Amino acid sequence: MSGRNPESGGHIRIHGGRLVDPANRVDDVLDLYIADGRVAAVGKPPADFRAEREIDATGHIVCPGLVDLCARLREPGHEHKATIASETRAAAAGGITTLCSPPDTEPVIDTPAVVQLLRERSERYGYARVVAVGALTQGLAGEHLSEMAALKKAGCVGVGNACTPLTNTLIQRRALEYAASFNLTVFLHPQDHWLANNGCAHEGAIATRLGLPGVPEAAETAAVARDLALIEQTGVRAHFCRLSTARAVRMVARAQYDGLAVSADTATPYLHLTEMDVADFNSLCHVSPPLRTQRDRDGLRAGIAQGTLAALCSDHQPHEPDAKLAPFPSTEPGISGLDTLLPLALRLARDGDMTVPDVIARLTCGPAGILGLPYGTLSPGASADVCVFDPQASWRLTLADLHSRGHNTPFAGWDLTGRVTHTLLAGRVVYTRSSDR
Amino acid sequence: MSASNLQIDSRGRLRHFLSIEGLTRALLTDVLDTAESFAGVAEQSIKKVPLLRGRTIVNLFFEASTRTRTTFELAAKRLSADVLNININASSTVKGETLLDMLRNLEAMHCDMFVVRHSDSGAAHFMARHVAPHISVINAGDGRHSHPTQALLDMFTIRREKGADFGRLRVAIVGDIQHSRVARSQIHALNLLNTGQVHVVAPRTLVPAQAEQLGVKVFHNLTDGIRDADVVIMLRLQRERMQGALLPSEHEYFQLFGLTEERLAHAKPDAIVMHPGPINRGVEMDSQVADGPRSVILQQVTHGIAVRMAVMSMAMRQKAAPETEPETP
Repeated sequence: MSGRNPESGGHIRIHGGRLVDPANRVDDVLDLYIADGRVAAVGKPPADFRAEREIDATGHIVCPGLVDLCARLREPGHEHKATIASETRAAAAGGITTLCSPPDTEPVIDTPAVVQLLRERSERYGYARVVAVGALTQGLAGEHLSEMAALKKAGCVGVGNACTPLTNTLIQRRALEYAASFNLTVFLHPQDHWLANNGCAHEGAIATRLGLPGVPEAAETAAVARDLALIEQTGVRAHFCRLSTARAVRMVARAQYDGLAVSADTATPYLHLTEMDVADFNSLCHVSPPLRTQRDRDGLRAGIAQGTLAALCSDHQPHEPDAKLAPFPSTEPGISGLDTLLPLALRLARDGDMTVPDVIARLTCGPAGILGLPYGTLSPGASADVCVFDPQASWRLTLADLHSRGHNTPFAGWDLTGRVTHTLLAGRVVYTRSSDR
Repeated sequence: MSASNLQIDSRGRLRHFLSIEGLTRALLTDVLDTAESFAGVAEQSIKKVPLLRGRTIVNLFFEASTRTRTTFELAAKRLSADVLNININASSTVKGETLLDMLRNLEAMHCDMFVVRHSDSGAAHFMARHVAPHISVINAGDGRHSHPTQALLDMFTIRREKGADFGRLRVAIVGDIQHSRVARSQIHALNLLNTGQVHVVAPRTLVPAQAEQLGVKVFHNLTDGIRDADVVIMLRLQRERMQGALLPSEHEYFQLFGLTEERLAHAKPDAIVMHPGPINRGVEMDSQVADGPRSVILQQVTHGIAVRMAVMSMAMRQKAAPETEPETP
C-alpha cells in the first residue's frame, strides 16, 4: 500500500502494554515486535531485531486491529454523505483496520468493477482495508442471481442482499444453493418484508403511543425461521446480520447447537438503546431493524457475551444532516458508528456483562472468522494490524470528536471510556491520537 | 417527556399545542374554560373579538381536510387574525424543497402561527423544534399520533353534556383505534381528566399493540364495550382499511361494530353519541343514531371553533408578555 501517511512500516516495537489477543488466548503484559508489515514476535524479540520505532503502550491495551462486519462508506453513489477517504480515516481513528462494505452502494456491488473500485480507492488512501459483500441478486432486486463466482474471484468475502430481503422463497432457495456451490458465505438481514410493512419503530407500547407504524418482533423471527429452514435445506454457510430481538438470538443458538453452520451479529446501538429512546421522536434513534425492548437489549447482550453472536459491528451509516431533519417516519434510518464502536463495546465489560478479552474477541477474531479472513489476530506472521487504546481514558462524546463525516449519532453527550491512541495497518502507523488535530 | 415539554414554556404557559400528553389537568381545564368564554362570540351580532388583530396565522395542510381547516380558519377570523391557507398535496411537494426550507420561507414572511396537518407522526413536534422562537405551532393532526384540538372539543362537549366530574363517567371509543390520532388524543385527554372508565372497542386488527398501556380496557364485542356507557364515541372507518386484510367487508364491520338504536340500548339511557366526522352512514353507524336525539355530532363541530379560538389565543398570549426567564430548550 502506498499510503499518504508518511510513517512507513519497518521495525516497530510496542512495549509495556497489556497485550490482548483472544485468537491465541493471550492476555498479558507483553511486547509486540513488528517487521515488514507483519507480526514478527510476541514477548521476546526475534534475533537481530532492531526497532526503528518504539511505541510506549504502558497502561494501554494492545490488541488486533478491529474488524467491522458492516460499515457503509457511501462511495460509490452517495458521496454527499461520506466517502471512502473520510470513512476509512474515521475507521483508523477508531482502531478499525478492516471494514466490510455491504453491497447497497450505487451502483450496487454486483459486478467485479465495483469491488475493484472499493479496493483501489481504499488502498490509495491507505487508512483501512476495505472488503466487500457482493450482491446476492442483480441490483439487489431479488429477481436474478448475481454472478457470484465472478464476485468471489474479484475478492468478495460473501454475498447478501443488504437490507432488501428476498420476498420470493424459491429465488432465495436457489440463491443460497448457488452461493453454496462456490463456498460463499451468505449474509442475511432477517426481516420479513410484509410483516415489517414499512414500519419505522418497534411495534409496542412506545410506537402505539407515538402513532408510529410498527415493525413487530415476528418480522424478524419469522424471517429467521424461514432462513434457518432454507439454510438447512441448502447446506449453505450463512450469517445473520443485525439481530434485534432476544427471541432470534435464542433461535440462532438452538440452530448452532443443532450443528447448523450459522453465525450472527448485532450492532452496538442495539446493546445500549431501546424503543424508549425514540419516545421524543428522536430521529437519531431511527434505525432498521428498530430499537426494541429492554428485554431484547438484554437478550442481545447475553448473546454477545455467550458467543452466540460472534461479532459486534458498528453498522455504520453516515448521513448528511438533512437526512435526519424531517418528521421521524420520513428520516433515513441509521447511526454513524465507527467512532463509537470500541468505547460502546467496552461498556459491556464495564457493565459486567463480559470480560475485556471477550469484548475484543467479538471485535477482532470473531468477525474475521465470519469473513474467513486471516486478520483479527496477533499471531506471528499475521498482518500487523494493531489497535492500541487507553482503557481508562474517559471523555464526553461531542460532535467535534467525530472523525466520520456522518454526525448522526444519538451518543453525543455520553460519557465513554476507552480511547484509541495508535492504529497500525499492515505495520504502518495510520493513526496516532497525539497527532490527531 | 421532553417532546411534550416543547409545548409548555418555563412559566407553564402554552407555547405550542402539539399533543395532550404533557399537558397538566389544570392547563387542559384552563383551555376548556377559555373556550367556554368564546362560545358566546358566535351568538353576538358581530362575531369577532380583537384578540389577534394584526397577527398572521398560516393553515399549513399537507393532508386534505375540510372540517378541521374550516373551523381553524373561522376561529382565527373570529379572533381578528389574518389567515393564509396553504394546501400542499404531499405527493406534489416541489422536489428538493424540504419541510424545513418551507418553514424558513414562511418565517421570512413574518407569520406568527402555523396550524399544521401532516401525514407523518411527529411532524408538528418536528416543526415546533425548528421554528423561529416567535412562532407557535398548533397541531391539527399528525399521522396516527395526535389530534389534540379534536380531543379538546370532545372533552368540551362531554363536559357540557355530562358535567365536569369525569370520574363517574364510562366512555367507550369504537372503531379503528390503530390508525386513529383522534382516539389516541381522546384517550390521553380522558385519562388526564380522571375519567372513570375508558373502553375501546374494535377487532384485534384495529387495536394497536399493548393498547392497555394507554390506560384503556379493550373489548372486541360492541355490546360488552358500550354497556352502561355515558358516552359512546364512534370513529370514522377509512375505506382503505378493507385493503391490507384488516377487515373483510364494510358489511361485516357494520354487522359487528356498527351503532344502531338496538345496540345503543345497552348504553345508559341518557348516553350521548359522538363522532369526529365525516360519518360513513351505514358503516360505523345508522343514520337513525347519527341524526337521533342522543347524537351531539353537530354540537361537536360548533364547539370546535370555540376550542380552537381558545388554543390559538392562549398560545399567542404567551407572546404578548415579554419573556423574562430563559426558555427551556
